[in-house]
Amino acid sequence: MRKGRLAAMVAAPLAVAMIATGCGGGGSGSGDDGIVTLDWGEPENPLVPANTTEENGGFVINALFTGLVDYRASDLKVENAVADSIESTDHQNYTIKLKPGWTFHDGTPVKAKNFVDAWNYNAYGPNGLQGASFFEQIDGYDQMQSEDPDGKDGPQQAPPPAAKELSGLKVVDDNTFTVRLKAPFTIFPVVLGYSAYMPLPDSFFKDPKAFEEHPIGNGPFKFESRVPNQELNVTAYENYAGANKPAIKGAKFKVYEQLDSAYQDLTAGNLDFLRAIPVSALIGDKWKQDLGEHAHQKPGLLTQTLGFPLYDPKFKNPLLRKAISMSIDRKTITQQVFAGGRDPADGFATAAVDGYRPNQCGEACEFNPEKAKQYLQQAGGFQGVLTVETNGDGGHNEWVQAVAASIKQNLGIETQFVPTPTFGEFRQKANGYKFSGLFRTGWKADYPNIETFLTQLYRTNASSNDYKYSNPAFDAALDKANAAPTIEAATAAYADAEKLLADDLPLIPLWTQPVQYGFSERIAEGEVKAYRELDLTTVRLKQ
Amino acid sequence: MGRYLLRRLLQLIPVFIGTTLIIYLLVWAIPGDPFAGKCGDRGCPPAYIAEMHEKYNLNDPLIVQYFKYLGKLLTGDFGETYAGIQISTLIQNAYPTTIKLAVVALVIEGIIGLAAGILTGLRGRGFLDNLVLVSTLFLISLPVFVTGFVLQITLGSELGIIKPTVSANPSIGELIVPGFVLGSLSMAYVARLTRTAMMENRHADFVRTAVAKGLEPKRVVGVHLLRNSLIPVITFLGTDLGTLMGGAIVTEGVFNIHGIGGLVFKSILTKEGATVTGIVTLLVLVYLLMNLLVDILYAVLDPRIRYD
Repeated sequence: MRKGRLAAMVAAPLAVAMIATGCGGGGSGSGDDGIVTLDWGEPENPLVPANTTEENGGFVINALFTGLVDYRASDLKVENAVADSIESTDHQNYTIKLKPGWTFHDGTPVKAKNFVDAWNYNAYGPNGLQGASFFEQIDGYDQMQSEDPDGKDGPQQAPPPAAKELSGLKVVDDNTFTVRLKAPFTIFPVVLGYSAYMPLPDSFFKDPKAFEEHPIGNGPFKFESRVPNQELNVTAYENYAGANKPAIKGAKFKVYEQLDSAYQDLTAGNLDFLRAIPVSALIGDKWKQDLGEHAHQKPGLLTQTLGFPLYDPKFKNPLLRKAISMSIDRKTITQQVFAGGRDPADGFATAAVDGYRPNQCGEACEFNPEKAKQYLQQAGGFQGVLTVETNGDGGHNEWVQAVAASIKQNLGIETQFVPTPTFGEFRQKANGYKFSGLFRTGWKADYPNIETFLTQLYRTNASSNDYKYSNPAFDAALDKANAAPTIEAATAAYADAEKLLADDLPLIPLWTQPVQYGFSERIAEGEVKAYRELDLTTVRLKQ
Repeated sequence: MGRYLLRRLLQLIPVFIGTTLIIYLLVWAIPGDPFAGKCGDRGCPPAYIAEMHEKYNLNDPLIVQYFKYLGKLLTGDFGETYAGIQISTLIQNAYPTTIKLAVVALVIEGIIGLAAGILTGLRGRGFLDNLVLVSTLFLISLPVFVTGFVLQITLGSELGIIKPTVSANPSIGELIVPGFVLGSLSMAYVARLTRTAMMENRHADFVRTAVAKGLEPKRVVGVHLLRNSLIPVITFLGTDLGTLMGGAIVTEGVFNIHGIGGLVFKSILTKEGATVTGIVTLLVLVYLLMNLLVDILYAVLDPRIRYD
């Protein structure tokens, strides 16, 4: 009797809700209309290719645009797309020929001039595009930037730059243009698949604002409609000239606030593709039981690291840096904090890029508290408190605390977890070289070559070298790789350069993030790129 | 009454200017450049940052920025987000959903809460009374996200009675479960408030008089007892509607409803100052108008309350 009453109390409010929603009806998904529904988030910027540097915008840009080259979805191998050939004898001067027959969604043909105009526009400083720096290797980039004479806060405005066009670009004819780089760069053709290098139709330059509202690309899908903060729809472009014609009729990108809600929708058949699995479902491999054969995992392109402020004399000794790195129990932390959703790092790049070699970090990334203590002693110990800093708004607090605890426990030095409220403030500290202890860093590859994990991060004075790391031998190794005779040789030479980092250890590689994703029952096949993006042209629905 | 209304409406103006000023200052005075972290670890090109500073008047002193913003706001221009989307469009998309959800929640909490309160208040001790007391205690002690996820998983994923999340432009039917979740906490309070007020008033002199006069029990309860007991409940429901408009962040997140709550929350995180200020301004207006409505309802319920 008592039990019955308790059940009645719990059931009473439930029953009311159930009766009331009687007509809600099971999840029918999007039906057999050939439209695939994907989980998505609101992009941070207008949907202009060179102004899109984050994941959500990039997802749509890659559906709407096709560049000179494309990365094959299964293994990210580089294939020519709009380009017929990309040729060079000295790896500094490239001649790019286009395939005829490509059109934009408004019907105008894709010409060499569409690429040259787009690149000139993107690189021009006053246009203020986020991806402008991707053109810095092209001759004439520096003349298109100008510096504010009295700094950012001064009253004076920056003068207009000396040039409006990249001197290294020349249109030869409708289907040919040439590129002259500042220095040899053998893997330049690999880079060209990144979204910043997409062509833009003539209509963009007439009215960029209208373009933002209705982007016109040359890709397999064309823009149909968008309700901000809710959804964006694309449909297959019937005149698409690429070999990989889409088999689906279109796609709906649906904005989700919470990964957990999207996961519920996936299991109920309301969503067809989820690009990441919430930690609540990773625990005990619940997601593999829920999704069965529709649960997938492969290496990704994201690294998580902790940087050393090498500008602080405390951290000058490489042996000390090695000791700290070796005292971190990566395996246990990835298991406990991420429920196995991360793979401990064994190098400075991830397994998904061309040029990855296993165990490049060597001993420095192994968990060995005994040896770590020994190295610490040899380095002369560590005075004071070791701070470990992060931005508090990015969901990093938990693992950073775990790492700090691991160092304290295994190395016997005092550590302190220091959160900075926002990522913006954190970046200001990084840009001003104001850290006094370990700080959180991370990197997402822009293109599938190991070079993306090296040049910007560790070259002397590179844009994201937040550690002030400088090693002439490493710079020379990069130069050698840049000028290597073939892409294969260049890639191998980059990997050789990576090996040098293991001795210096300007930062601690922690783990890489694999891509874990799920499909609904409706999807028969589909390839997900290592940057968590479903290649829509590979999707086949169940009949 | 007319003069009272006019006075209250005029009071809205300083409150409106004061709140927008405070919100604007709070949002933009947060240390740290909103664009420093915009491009991830790669860092934004200086030209991009300069361009955005120009666009949002960040080079001006804060107070000048505010008046530039207010000037635009008065012409109905809420500005745009960093992604180039009109904030008025965002609000237009989000507000109807939020209002629908808030009304559904208010109706559910009103009907169930009042019914439970009236029944137990009249009957007093017994099984029903205990049932309501325990189940309201249960609802009050559960965090909203627990109620939300439990209903979502059991009714949505396991039983398949509802869809786990609602569609972009939800119908009333779709919003019943989220509305129930959102209103559950207040529903418990309404039930308890009504019950207590009814119990107190049941022994009041005016009820005894009404019974002694030989009025029908229906009339005693409906007109004499209920009308006097509802005053605290109406206050509660009135301010609750304001809370439901802005405070549904958790419920909206669980059921993926694109309403005002989630929008404000996200805008604060991404430092979209213009969006935050615009929406909060509207929320302030909703609160003020609801308070006014509640005050007027007092006079209707209890004629002894006069404002002139």
